[in-house]
Amino acid sequence: MANMTMEKTPMPEQAPDIRNKNFKEVTLGYTEEMAIGEAKRCLNCKNMPCVQGCPVNIHIPEFIAKVAEGNFAEAYKVITLTNSLPAISGRVCPQETQCEMHCVRGIKGEPVAIGRLERFVADWYRENVNEEVVKPESNGIKVAVVGSGPSSLTCASDLAKVGYQVTVYEAFHTAGGVLVYGIPEFRLPKDIVKHEVDGLIAHGVEVKTDMVIGRILTIDELFDAGYKAVFIGTGAGLPSFMGIPGEALSGVYSANEYLTRINLMKAYNSEYDTPVKKSKNVAVVGGGNVAMDAARCAKRLGAENVYIVYRRSEEEMPARNEEIHHAKEEGIEFHLLNNPVKIIDDGKGSVAGIQCIKMELGEPDASGRRRPIEVKGSEFELEVDTVIMALGTSPNPFIRTTTPGIEVNRKGCLVVNEETMQTSRDGIYAGGDAVTGAATVILAMGAGKKAAAAIDEYLKG
Amino acid sequence: MFKILRKKELNPSVTLMDIEAPLIADKAKAGQFIIFRVDEEGERVPLTIADTNKETGAVTIIFQKVGLSTELLSKKNEGEYILDFVGPLGVPTEHEGLKKVAVVGGGVGCAIAFPQAKALHNAGCEVDVIVGFRNIDLVILEEEMRANCTNYYMMTDDGTYGEKGFVTDKLKQLIEAGNNYDEVIAIGPIPMMKFTSLTTKPYGIKTIVSLNPIMVDGTGMCGGCRVTVDGKIKFACVDGPDFDGHLVDFDELMNRNAAYKAQEAANKETHICRIQTMANKLIK
Repeated sequence: MANMTMEKTPMPEQAPDIRNKNFKEVTLGYTEEMAIGEAKRCLNCKNMPCVQGCPVNIHIPEFIAKVAEGNFAEAYKVITLTNSLPAISGRVCPQETQCEMHCVRGIKGEPVAIGRLERFVADWYRENVNEEVVKPESNGIKVAVVGSGPSSLTCASDLAKVGYQVTVYEAFHTAGGVLVYGIPEFRLPKDIVKHEVDGLIAHGVEVKTDMVIGRILTIDELFDAGYKAVFIGTGAGLPSFMGIPGEALSGVYSANEYLTRINLMKAYNSEYDTPVKKSKNVAVVGGGNVAMDAARCAKRLGAENVYIVYRRSEEEMPARNEEIHHAKEEGIEFHLLNNPVKIIDDGKGSVAGIQCIKMELGEPDASGRRRPIEVKGSEFELEVDTVIMALGTSPNPFIRTTTPGIEVNRKGCLVVNEETMQTSRDGIYAGGDAVTGAATVILAMGAGKKAAAAIDEYLKG
Repeated sequence: MFKILRKKELNPSVTLMDIEAPLIADKAKAGQFIIFRVDEEGERVPLTIADTNKETGAVTIIFQKVGLSTELLSKKNEGEYILDFVGPLGVPTEHEGLKKVAVVGGGVGCAIAFPQAKALHNAGCEVDVIVGFRNIDLVILEEEMRANCTNYYMMTDDGTYGEKGFVTDKLKQLIEAGNNYDEVIAIGPIPMMKFTSLTTKPYGIKTIVSLNPIMVDGTGMCGGCRVTVDGKIKFACVDGPDFDGHLVDFDELMNRNAAYKAQEAANKETHICRIQTMANKLIK
């Protein structure tokens, strides 16, 4: 008998006024009872509308049915048929615009908490099953994977499982890409990412850190070294700035820099030498997940007032609902329909404030969202000592400038065949933000998966 | 892990190290840099490559103890290892078509000016090297420089060695004396690069400076190293570290580089405390 409760089983969380002072994970995860109860809300629809909303087509009703039976190990097997990193996607996917958006239970009431169940299963498996690693027999064919974010990890994992000899090249000193430098510990604990990377290594994948491909070795030199195919998952690239006065003042960060100092370089931990500004009042410019992450990090580092400054309204915000909700609970103030025009100098080269102008929404623009228009004469100032720009990125030039014959679009993103993820050159595949520009972790995983299948086809020839 | 093959104190505050990194040694060109990290808790710090040896796989770095990380690095000894050594990063300096160049080095900046002089000299270019130090005790790389240039001019602020005066005085003198330089390459403290650029500007001599702003990744990802060049935002790690000295906003760069000064001094204290606590634990 289905559980006909209208609401999702609530997620246990650290209380907002406690968690905004620490970097431990915000959400604590379902207990077994909660997971079984929530799984019973699933109607097991024959046409499985949820699955079409999933970029990696997890067999959702099937895994949820296993959870409802209390058979979590089987549930894990069902998920990992199509998704190799469920502990990660269960935490960071925007489920409300994917699987859960299509859930029939969501028509009247809340959808089934598919993401929370996915996370529960992955966590349960990691904590309870000591899987014996069966290294697949090597086929001796070498494949290089450039970058170690979600697309690369997925691609490497799928290729290693069928016997390829995979080497992952990472520019940073730690593997994981945006999962370690970008997404904060309180949203995605780094031990989980490490567990996934360690799993890859156990399956025979070699991970080489401190290797900036395009500098120390080019893609063609990788082929010379015996790699038969290359996957490029180098991520989103260079942070954008607004081009307004004052952006070079001390105390203005890109969100990339701010988050990297805190997440990868652990500036929040006094054991580490990484400096980051001790701010009192912080303005974060932007409305995506990255902006929410930066704002919540600033709060945790002790800032008294943290403002999100976004030029559109909440409806147009690209951030996940959960992140917006959590940020508000933690005391982040939202200044919506406000756009910065100038960062104010304190006279000594540091930030003293940010001047903004009020906006109103006009007709929809190319993105389908209503275009913000300035309200003349509505300028005002926010007193802040730190400004964090979370405005998106433009692609890194290293690969395109050192790989002859590789095609990029007007923006500089790599052009691929969407079916195979092959670039304009034979044997070179790409996926993730390097192709799409800044997008989600799960889309990157989907691309890595597609590319791995195509690489296998190509090499089996 | 990267092995320290050789260590040499060049003066009381400047250390030379050869780090074993054959792939970098093979690829690096003059003007490029590396990023090092001493240990797990360490910062990522950029340093321009001073020299390379393809046979031994050594990459030479020369650094001044200016902060916590360079201090920690200087404490490491030959045969020991550092955790990370990434490179070569940045765009190599363009030397194509140059026939006569003045290479100007200030203080520890001579370490970075040296590979420029060497590469140009080896390419058959006429190279005038002008170096400046505060006093005789701080002089580094004199022999190496002399072996890789046409003329060598030593300046000290206090006149204890070479001529008394600044590198800009000598540069102006040489230009006035009729030396037609295709280019001036100036590497040193920010004020020295600023004033060298101001010196050459009236003569219309192209002047290249090598910037060393605060950086995290060195691959364009963080944007911390942004500098304003000709009114536009440039990233030193991807677009540089070389820029046209006549177009760089040096004052802004100086301000940005001072961002963590106070905090670093405090950090150094806590770091020493940390070492002390660890030592105490070990003794117990």
